[in-house]
Amino acid sequence: MSAEAKMEIGTLSVSTSPHIRSEESISKIMWSVNAALAPAALFSVYNFGMPAVTNLLLCIISAVFTEYLVLRWQGKDNVICDGSAVLTGLLLAMNIPAGLPWYMPVFGSVVAIGIAKHTMGGLGYNIFNPALIGRAFLLASWPIAMTTWPTPASLLGKVDAVTSATPLGIMKLQGYEKLVALFGDKMEMYKSLFIGTRGGSAGETSAVLLLLGGAYLIYKGYINWQVPVTMIATVGVLTGVFGGDPIVHMMSGGLILGAFYMATDMVTIPITIKGQVIFAIGAGLLTVLIRLLGGYPEGVCYAILLMNCVTPLIDRLVRPKKYGARG
Amino acid sequence: MAKSFRGGVHPDDRKRYTATKAIEVAPVPVKVIIPTRQHIGAPCAPVVTVGDLVKKGQVIAEAQAFVSSPIHASTSGKVVEIADYPHSVFGSCVAIVIESDGQDEWLEGLPLDRQWKAMEADEIKDAIRQAGLVGMGGATFPTHVKMAPPPDKSIDTFILNAAECEPYLTADHRAMLEYTEKIVTGMQIAMKALGVKRGIVGVEENKPDAIAAMQKVCGVVGIEVMPLETKYPQGAEKTLIHVITGKEVPSGALPMDVGVVVQNVGTAIAIADAVERGIPLIERVTTVTGAAIAEPKNLLLRVGDTFSNAIAMCGGFKEEPMKVIAGGPMMGMAQSNIEAPIMKGTSGILALTAADVNPGVERPCIRCGRCVEACPMGLIPSMLSILGERGAYPVAKEEYDLLDCVECGSCVYVCPAKRNIVHYIKLSKAQNAAMAAKK
Repeated sequence: MSAEAKMEIGTLSVSTSPHIRSEESISKIMWSVNAALAPAALFSVYNFGMPAVTNLLLCIISAVFTEYLVLRWQGKDNVICDGSAVLTGLLLAMNIPAGLPWYMPVFGSVVAIGIAKHTMGGLGYNIFNPALIGRAFLLASWPIAMTTWPTPASLLGKVDAVTSATPLGIMKLQGYEKLVALFGDKMEMYKSLFIGTRGGSAGETSAVLLLLGGAYLIYKGYINWQVPVTMIATVGVLTGVFGGDPIVHMMSGGLILGAFYMATDMVTIPITIKGQVIFAIGAGLLTVLIRLLGGYPEGVCYAILLMNCVTPLIDRLVRPKKYGARG
Repeated sequence: MAKSFRGGVHPDDRKRYTATKAIEVAPVPVKVIIPTRQHIGAPCAPVVTVGDLVKKGQVIAEAQAFVSSPIHASTSGKVVEIADYPHSVFGSCVAIVIESDGQDEWLEGLPLDRQWKAMEADEIKDAIRQAGLVGMGGATFPTHVKMAPPPDKSIDTFILNAAECEPYLTADHRAMLEYTEKIVTGMQIAMKALGVKRGIVGVEENKPDAIAAMQKVCGVVGIEVMPLETKYPQGAEKTLIHVITGKEVPSGALPMDVGVVVQNVGTAIAIADAVERGIPLIERVTTVTGAAIAEPKNLLLRVGDTFSNAIAMCGGFKEEPMKVIAGGPMMGMAQSNIEAPIMKGTSGILALTAADVNPGVERPCIRCGRCVEACPMGLIPSMLSILGERGAYPVAKEEYDLLDCVECGSCVYVCPAKRNIVHYIKLSKAQNAAMAAKK
């Protein structure tokens, strides 16, 4: 025994095993999703200019401030920086038209955080995706403002109006031919949808940037690829079967934004991958039903919210196979 | 490709601290503190009294039930006290304290010189029972119980659990390199006692030298060495059986119900010693390691030596430990007192710094599903933690298979909300047991 061995110890911490943990944390996940959304959010600024900036700032600041007030009131303001309120604000800003009057983004964020998230008990307990509830609330309260789409700054030279419908809106009201004509030809239309120089909710327009962010989240293991792929594929297949242009349907109406960033919201979707696939098929199916048969040209928001309602049911029905029961 | 199972996690194995350190024989302690509970099952009753002189290998506490295992003096000397002492699993427990006479003298007639090949199965089993063998991987189930399946269960496969999937621990790894022959002999003896032809060694791939060493000896006697993917909990009995044989042990059943008996590397060594030489289980290889230990080592320690002695043999602490753990970081027990004695099941002494522990603040479950993917038993750990937190213990048991949880800790390891899932599960199991006892 070495004489100089140091044996002094302070109070030892005693708790149940395991005694080591991975580096993952809620903040890491939330900030990663924020980072994944950043390119598409920045593109919305390029696309729509200052109105997009004001929306982003208003949504994020009011979401975080609401979260701060609620947590403060509950005496647990130590988790304010976990990135989840920022994410809700960011998603809401990306899901609404750029340039809404200031009070609308603010109301939307207060509803998203204050009601959808915190009346349910806060992060982890909410049944519905808070940003989508915020958006649904705004759509119900100010339907006209919420469906008045600014024309991208990058297109202003070509088109004489300052507002334009979304591609799906044009298709629903004026027909497919008119939509193609607006972009010039089919290839131009696809290109524009893919890159994102078109009308729509601020952050939903650039398919390519949203896909890149999504790929990053899949690579990091923060979302399962099965969810977005199944949801987008369901919409593509069904719209194709019913005679639509699947590519237009898959790349517009916020489908990519919804499929990668909201249908994957871990809090509100089933916990098993099998259950998540069922969720994604359901969300895709409802999206197509609303788009083709319903009154709205777009259906992603309601489709996901409706599927959020059945998440507990799916969780009850779809269980992992237990060891020892697999034979 | 190495075999694996569904679920599990990949923590950094941290075996580099001690993987290349040859086993050092610890000096005979000045006194040994031998607890009367060293196994799962009924505690033992002391059969010596204060003032008795005992020899090394002498029975000092006798088993009172079938699922129990006798306890022997780990050195020669005088019984100076029988009293409550710190215990690494139960907090405290009655222990027999022997002051060493420095002679370290064997009980008369020990060690023996027996030819195991000439022994009957029953003789072998009896030798194992008398030697007080328990599972040395940490679960400490009495070995003779595993070795005596009822006649209606036919055993066809013997598995040596050499996965050593717990991070940090290298006791089995080193033993496979240094006591290769003895381990294989122990396996052969166990196979003879069980009447089994098929023997398989399951080793994780992160020990290529051990795989090679074992293959060399095993090949000669027709035992297969199977490399397994390095993944925790590869060495959990049920996952190991599934990976190696493709069979699943039904819920609530034992490995013997699917014709398999699993023993740990340390136990195989103890079997060889017990049967060939009549030597009881009084010492074991323990890994003393972690960032807070000055000079991590693999030590051959007496049962009854203390954690503090073992740590001192490794140069003491170089940094203040936040946690000292008996066993590995995934399933070991956190200690409040390092004066607790080494027991038959002490596979490691681990001193972790605050940086290693990374506890974080517990948050509500965000339903990310990582625990579901990590659970080797196919359970929904998140739900078990929520039900435990709410006190809905019977629901956890009846609807979410609480009792199938093996407490491997994979769920807690991956949880981004830093939830103490295993804690809630242990609590729920205890509460359900208490409610059942009341009825």
